[in-house]
Amino acid sequence: MILTNIQSVPGKKIVEHFGIVQGSTVRAKHAGRDFMASLKNIIGGELKGYTQLLQEAREEAVERMSEQAKQLGANAVVNIRFGTASIAQGAAELFAYGTAVRVE
Amino acid sequence: MDILLENMDLIISLGVIMIGYFAGSAAERKHYTSIKKREKETLGFPVVTAEAYFADGRVKESFMVSGSVVISMDYFKRLLGNLRNLFGGRVKAYESLIDRARREAILRMKEEAQMMGGDMITNLRLDTSTLTGSANRRSQIGSVEVIAYGTAVVFNQE
Repeated sequence: MILTNIQSVPGKKIVEHFGIVQGSTVRAKHAGRDFMASLKNIIGGELKGYTQLLQEAREEAVERMSEQAKQLGANAVVNIRFGTASIAQGAAELFAYGTAVRVE
Repeated sequence: MDILLENMDLIISLGVIMIGYFAGSAAERKHYTSIKKREKETLGFPVVTAEAYFADGRVKESFMVSGSVVISMDYFKRLLGNLRNLFGGRVKAYESLIDRARREAILRMKEEAQMMGGDMITNLRLDTSTLTGSANRRSQIGSVEVIAYGTAVVFNQE
């Protein structure tokens, strides 16, 4: 599966379009991480636990999107966009969407 | 001694602010040194926000790369920011925070692309989002997430 966030795949030709595909995941941080983050908040700086959590969540969203594209018979997803939405206290939704295509 | 005990909460919050100020500014200085050093190292690696077009047969493969960072501000800066809210205007304390986060995210993306053998990155996109407060506390956590993503391109070597 080739993934790009531009309108085409460089060096390849798009032969078929399958429309949009998307994947999303809602993640909550567990209490231990929340506690550590609130301690870290005193001195500021990077919250490694959250960075990792969001990175994993985003990979999961991309994974689901690729799965959907594969079911349609696509071998690439172009023009991918990411988005984040906080839907409730302590939970974040991460989504990825793009256009499924077949390239040669 | 009695006065000390009576004003314990005030002393604690003052202490937290002091810790925030010293540890926070030390951490920021350290982070900036690291950012500047790594930016110098990856200076030769081209990154463009435009969608680049290549001649036929020039590109071997392409893939997505991304870098993200969650960064939070210290107590002292939050206090400064809150004070600033009274008068309005530039909030310098927050500016450096966002600046650090954004540069760090771009650096991580570049490093990932280099590690995977990319020659350049096209169509760089930056996104910023705030995280809500934690589930067990109502207070705002005051942290931002920045993500940088783009398409890395590997050229044919000829």
